[in-house]
Amino acid sequence: MSPTRLRPFDAAVLILLLFMPFWMGAIGGYTELATRIVVMGLAAMSLNFLLGFTGVLSFGHAAYFGLGAYGAAMGIKYLGLGTIPAVALGVAVATLAAMAIGALIVRRRGVYFAMVTIAFGQVFYFLAFRWNAVTGGDDGLSGWHRLPINFGFATLDIFGNDKAFYYFALVVFAVCVAAMAVLLNSPFGRSLTAIRENERRARFLGVPVEFHIWLSFVISCLFVSVAGALYALLNNFTDPRALRFDLSGNLVIMAVLGGMRFFWGPLIGAAIFVALQDYVSSHTENWMSVIGLVFVLVVRFFPRGVLGMLRSGAKA
Amino acid sequence: MTQVVLFNVFNGLIVGAFYALMALGLSLILNLSGVINFAHGGFLALGAYLAFTLIPYIGFWGALIVAPLLTSALGLVIERLLIRPLYGGDPLYGLLLTFGLAYIFEDVTRFIWGAQSLPFQLPAWLTTSLSSQFFFITGYRVFMIVIVVAAVGGLFAALNYTRLGMRIRAGTRDLDTVSTLGVNVRVLRSLNFGIGIYMAGLAGVLAAGLLGLSPTIGANLIMPSFVAIIVGGLGSLLGTLLGGLMIGVASGLAAVYFPSATEAVIYVMMGLVLLVRPRGLLGEEGRLH
Amino acid sequence: MANANPRLLNRRRLVKSGLALAGARFAGPFVISTRAAEAVRIGLDNPLTGPLASLGKNELIGCQMAIDEIDAKGGVLGRPVELVVEDSTSGDAGTAVMKARKLIGGDRVDFLLGNTNSALSLAMAEVSNEERILHIVPGGHTDAVTGASCHWNVFRVCSTTQMEANAVADALIKAYGKKFYYITFDYAFGHTLEAGLIKAATALGGTRVGGDLVPLGTSDYSSYLIKAQAANPDVILFLIGGDDMTNALKQAVQFGLDKKVRLAGAQQELEPLEGLPPEARIGTWVMEWYWNQPGAPHVAEFVEAVKKRAGRVPTARNWFGYVSAWTCALAAAKANSLKALDMAKALQDFHLPPEIALGPNPAFYRAGQNQLLASLFVGEAQAEGSAPDDLFKVTKVVDGAKAAGTLEESGCKMTWPT
Repeated sequence: MSPTRLRPFDAAVLILLLFMPFWMGAIGGYTELATRIVVMGLAAMSLNFLLGFTGVLSFGHAAYFGLGAYGAAMGIKYLGLGTIPAVALGVAVATLAAMAIGALIVRRRGVYFAMVTIAFGQVFYFLAFRWNAVTGGDDGLSGWHRLPINFGFATLDIFGNDKAFYYFALVVFAVCVAAMAVLLNSPFGRSLTAIRENERRARFLGVPVEFHIWLSFVISCLFVSVAGALYALLNNFTDPRALRFDLSGNLVIMAVLGGMRFFWGPLIGAAIFVALQDYVSSHTENWMSVIGLVFVLVVRFFPRGVLGMLRSGAKA
Repeated sequence: MTQVVLFNVFNGLIVGAFYALMALGLSLILNLSGVINFAHGGFLALGAYLAFTLIPYIGFWGALIVAPLLTSALGLVIERLLIRPLYGGDPLYGLLLTFGLAYIFEDVTRFIWGAQSLPFQLPAWLTTSLSSQFFFITGYRVFMIVIVVAAVGGLFAALNYTRLGMRIRAGTRDLDTVSTLGVNVRVLRSLNFGIGIYMAGLAGVLAAGLLGLSPTIGANLIMPSFVAIIVGGLGSLLGTLLGGLMIGVASGLAAVYFPSATEAVIYVMMGLVLLVRPRGLLGEEGRLH
Repeated sequence: MANANPRLLNRRRLVKSGLALAGARFAGPFVISTRAAEAVRIGLDNPLTGPLASLGKNELIGCQMAIDEIDAKGGVLGRPVELVVEDSTSGDAGTAVMKARKLIGGDRVDFLLGNTNSALSLAMAEVSNEERILHIVPGGHTDAVTGASCHWNVFRVCSTTQMEANAVADALIKAYGKKFYYITFDYAFGHTLEAGLIKAATALGGTRVGGDLVPLGTSDYSSYLIKAQAANPDVILFLIGGDDMTNALKQAVQFGLDKKVRLAGAQQELEPLEGLPPEARIGTWVMEWYWNQPGAPHVAEFVEAVKKRAGRVPTARNWFGYVSAWTCALAAAKANSLKALDMAKALQDFHLPPEIALGPNPAFYRAGQNQLLASLFVGEAQAEGSAPDDLFKVTKVVDGAKAAGTLEESGCKMTWPT
């Protein structure tokens, strides 16, 4: 099953995203919430590149998200980089780490792979936590903020203007998502699907399975680190929690909630999850039970996610 | 200095035994059912809180026996209702479900017992040191070792000498054949899960005596359990036991030479094991890949 | 399609209505007091879940009490006051920052309060500074908040670690000896506390015979205690907090260390002490506020009021929250305006009235630093004092103004907008 793309649906999603800061306010949301949805949506979609389309479960993606965040933050704070070079730095750091770790773990599958990704994720968490002098330790990396971007002919004030930052994030999101779509529709992408469906047969067909999985892992981590860098910019702050396994778990649930087999699924899942968490935590202290319940309900009753259900509903 | 090192090694073994107890429950469930029970820490916390609540009525010894049983009973209910439908499916779903359960457990314990740390009272004779020289060998730590040895011993005995144990071991190797031979696999998995949760509950009661009792007590202990399983090797209970002990000792040694790294060291160990011997110390080749 | 699997149709309907719900109007968050169109809003962004929940919630209770009193006395500038509460979680900066923005941008609060977690306080301070909102930090201790990262709009109620160190060092050296072993939290809070204590102790002839930096969230302190004992100190200092404090003290007493060595530290709070079995409630510490102040005016009333509301005696955290909320009202009253800049200027060297200071020494926000200097209570933990919840015996009250270093030493270089 190739990445499902209903043309009108794509258009609908893009239009909703384009105007989100405006209709968001009307339903009681606020611009930062919209930006957070876009950032988490990108992270979840990146994870899904590996999870939904290659069929490999990583529960440690928060590590690369966090590396992207720290890379960008340290770039701005210590090296005085501009926004785009800082994001690039975060992405570079995370991708290198993913390449190294991916090589170590690519022979594992299933449960074991998942556990190993969890454990490696924690290594980075501890690094960020311990290496006080550089990362700020538990206090996090503060005392910096995103700077207006100077394009030469114009300046985009992404610091003072929330909406400007939203659109900046949206553009980055669009570029990454387009790249992922292109990759998934290429022969490489098709062989990933083949691996997902039946790894042994793919191997017999001559597909270099380990290399493909490694590459998929690296690509997935690359895009997730972009999301991480954007997240740091959104908060003007980063701390070790951005690297913890709860974030990894949340990304997986977003992908599953929206529909793992669908290109836009994780974005829908992210929108529901982020908005729900925001709404519920404003109304009750027991929001953790509600979120936990979401996990349980999705697994028990909606394993194919929202888009999965809508699609099969349409088919029936 | 040697004294400090020796003490720490010995103390590390004690702490490691505790990690092993928790990891064994997790390993038991993982090996037979293929489910990564992220909620294990939650069950541990529940065991601790139940013990706290029961102590005024049935005393410490009563609570020690009853609390893990109650926890196990809850585990059986959850297994039957929520986890059973996931067997044979993508391990992803088991992980997500138990992850969600962990959230719920933490919230419910905070809701029922409050966010405040609760004072867990041990019988006085347990909390004193046995000798002035070896002051870190308190009655309680010895007690913990005794309980862990009894539990682990009991577990291995049960696995090797009872019918249920034999079926569990066989099921870990080849569940289909076991089922064909007429064993009710569903019941087997439930009982296995129940035993695993019993151990989590027991670990919880022990933990409460050692640490402060708060809703987040389980969250800190689940990661070392995972590492113990990876280091010791998936599929091998003995490996998990060894893994737990090694982690304890490694942490103890790190505290002597490199204190900032006492937590990180277990992940370094895990990294080394993965590089040098990916299946773990006593793991079986090809086991769950 | 109509006769397709009915279960499936029901699930679809559920999902559709679920989506509708998720898209529905996000109604306002916690509303504690009466809502009125022109109410003044105070936003509290504090941990209500996670390891810091008990502390964060106690601060919330203090705020709520203050709000009720403020309203009873006519509100702020004649308008009723409303407390808007959001859960920042105990450690997720992203959530804390987002909630801060939600409070400021969405709920249009006039004041921002929070956070118990030092890191989150810093992160939120960036937001409040950007948005020019008066921000009071009730219980986030890292020195940077009113030090290297100070802002004109950010004020703090709880002490700096340097103040705590200075207050207790004297008592320790005079009573127990000069050789100190430090068990310290390995992040800013611990580092600055240790540095402060070393400085204060050295000035009095103390020496550091050894120490360990321990990770936050350590369950088992036995290895550190083994090392500490081997170094043969006069005093072992526990520069930690929360559950770690409970674990460490519990284990230290189980080891019988309290019989060989003096156990002490700097910051202590009622919450960790309550989590200890009675025999482990020992040691010399400093508290930033304590409820049992015999003969002190107003304190008894405050204690009664908290007992009635929360069923327990007040902790320092209740007091932090109480002072924070009251500071907002008092600032507005003095400046006769709700503009952050006016109120911030009004708070420079502002003295709290005695019924809010609730301590023997004057309490005021030091100009140029925005740090509250009040009283510090040095004393001994005890299993039980005059009452079952009297877990601390105050031996000396130190004047915060004397315990604080100079403005220069704090590292705060405040800049004001033009």
